[in-house]
Amino acid sequence: MSKISIIIKREYLARVRKRSFIIMTLIAPLLLAAMFVVPVWIMTQEDTDLKKIAVIEEGTQIFNGIIPNTQYLKFEYLQNTSLDEIKNNFTDLGYYGILFISPKITYIPNAVQLISTKQPPLETTMHITNALEKEIERLKLETYNIKDLDQILKEIDTQIKLQTIKITEDGTEKETSTGIAMGIAYISGLLIYMLTFIFGAQVMRGVIEEKTSRIVEVIISSVKPFQLMMGKIIGIALVGLTQFFCWVIITFAILSVAQSILVPDMESIPQSPVPENIMSSSPVANTQPAEIQELSEVQQIFNNLGSQNWAVIIGSFIFFFLGGYLLYASLFAAIGSAVDNETDTQQFMMPITIPLLLALFVAMGAFQNPESSVAFWFSLIPLTSPVVMMARIPFGVPGWQIGISILLLILTFLGTTWMAAKIYRTGILLYGKKPTYKEMWKWLRYKI
Amino acid sequence: MEIFNARDVVKQFSNHLALDNVSITVPEGSIFGLLGPNGAGKTTLIRIINQITAPDSGTLLFKGKKLHPNDIYEIGYLPEERGLYRKMKVGEQALYLAQLKGLSKKNALKKLKYWFEKFEIQPWWDKKVEELSKGMQQKVQFIITILHEPKLLIFDEPFSGFDPINVKILKEEVLALQKKGATIIFSTHDMGSVEELCNHITLINRAKIILEGPIDEIRKTYATHEYEVVFDGEVNLLTATLSSRYKIIEHTKHNGQSIVRIKLMNDFSTNDLMKSLLSAGTLKSFNELVPKMNEIFINVVGEANSEDNKE
Repeated sequence: MSKISIIIKREYLARVRKRSFIIMTLIAPLLLAAMFVVPVWIMTQEDTDLKKIAVIEEGTQIFNGIIPNTQYLKFEYLQNTSLDEIKNNFTDLGYYGILFISPKITYIPNAVQLISTKQPPLETTMHITNALEKEIERLKLETYNIKDLDQILKEIDTQIKLQTIKITEDGTEKETSTGIAMGIAYISGLLIYMLTFIFGAQVMRGVIEEKTSRIVEVIISSVKPFQLMMGKIIGIALVGLTQFFCWVIITFAILSVAQSILVPDMESIPQSPVPENIMSSSPVANTQPAEIQELSEVQQIFNNLGSQNWAVIIGSFIFFFLGGYLLYASLFAAIGSAVDNETDTQQFMMPITIPLLLALFVAMGAFQNPESSVAFWFSLIPLTSPVVMMARIPFGVPGWQIGISILLLILTFLGTTWMAAKIYRTGILLYGKKPTYKEMWKWLRYKI
Repeated sequence: MEIFNARDVVKQFSNHLALDNVSITVPEGSIFGLLGPNGAGKTTLIRIINQITAPDSGTLLFKGKKLHPNDIYEIGYLPEERGLYRKMKVGEQALYLAQLKGLSKKNALKKLKYWFEKFEIQPWWDKKVEELSKGMQQKVQFIITILHEPKLLIFDEPFSGFDPINVKILKEEVLALQKKGATIIFSTHDMGSVEELCNHITLINRAKIILEGPIDEIRKTYATHEYEVVFDGEVNLLTATLSSRYKIIEHTKHNGQSIVRIKLMNDFSTNDLMKSLLSAGTLKSFNELVPKMNEIFINVVGEANSEDNKE
């Protein structure tokens, strides 16, 4: 067995056996799942209290009974009551708020007020404004005296749900969802950012550990410093990949369990629900194929998840994770070699933190607009490309751009590793004073 | 036959010259003392031998051939600042470091078993290093250093941190290794163990070699021709002194004995001295005061430094 593989093996086993690794591997997918479930759960929890709202109209009663009650909202139309009468004691009467409508509402849009002791949720205000808008529109239309207005309105009422379909080069069509693509982009971009930091820092800590425990001198009397550094970097990369694969497997397991609970009749739903007749059918809503209309939100999410090109996404994720990690890990190793303890690393972390943070910010923009020129350039620049490119890939990126990005990343990785190795081999044997950038620059030109 | 040669080795660091045209010759099978004050360049030289750093110029020969990267398999190195992975188990760690020195896993296990039994430390095998005391850790490290049976061993302060019993065990072990044919480069500040173990020494001061050779020759060169004579009861040596063939340096009385330090003059032999002493009183003991390495070290380094300062 060659030296470097012995080192890789030790670095790998020492970390994989740690309790913290096992816990992290098991818990992260649960946390990820919680990230989706908790907001949904909170949303369902929020409005379970029944809110009674008193509706008071000034003078008229145009809107009496117009705003429909919902599961959690009840509107009581108070007649013969003036606003001043209950303004101060509506909470005592059991009301959440008072909706005060002035007759000027038809021409002054803000002549309606919702008075409450709390900030009413967006859902509630939207519900009220929608209902009022609709009613005022109807009232205005009525004044034109159009015959059969109700019938006409009913017939022209259209609801559109935009289906986005991606056509690949070989002509297969896939239903896509911008929301899902964004979700994947967001998670994979953030994950690369986090993994680069987590495992890069592990490399740095490993180097510092060897340096402070002084074992490094024993080891480099047996192997070259470069072998030790690369063995460590590769060993930890394998730890990262192991963790990632565990996460993927566990996440898919959780998802398929969730799917079987949430969408028990998944088999009956076509994976690619784009039947011919959609294209040729009339735009009248009622004639659309029933199955599409009936797809629930959850079913669509799962459908969309299934239609993603997972091979490409996971494949490019692995590549960009490795590329980005290797690039930064060698820098982390160089920093670790230059200092005696972790507190001294702060100063040298800046050049690593800034491009990575920048990458994250650009990636955040790329979720909104993956084709913007900022996203384009930063997905080619090697220091930021792993995070930014990963945020773009779920939306589809031309092959040549990925190719250039990969090429640049590999070249830069070779460059930083070469540079880091030179700093490393000098740094690991020096103790005491924290070096300056100027001294580290000199190390680059030392003969071994 | 020499096992290691360095010729005109120069190593310059950014702000100081660590080695200035240093040449050493390590005879095969010897215990070679590498001495010198702190910061003289010993560690740099040792690192160059271990190929941890490379010299700026100079030639290095191992067994008569140019030093090759694979020669590290025949070299064992115990650095002064030593340490192990604290969280790793002793056995696993020893196995790992042995494999890095080119031993197969099977072979390393066999050898480790032998040494762990010999030092009676088998119960430590599954302990983490951080659970061991400093002395215990050093013992493990000593085993790791010699495990691959190197031809050339480099020990930098091997006995520091050990209790006298363990020092004795290790010294015996070092001598046993020499007997088996290993050559040992031994760097230390403890001149007592230099006298006890070394056959050959080199003294480095301020990046230069200021003294080298077989230890007995060096001690002869620096011999002061002083003797310590002990008599029972009081004696008067005045007449003999007058003959100016020897000089009394010190004359003390202690517990009814007279202890006299005598320096011989050039043309006078020890036999002559004995003859003239016998008449003075009852002779209890007669010893040559061989110069201690400690004194030689201090004198030679002090002289070199004062010369340097004059320049």
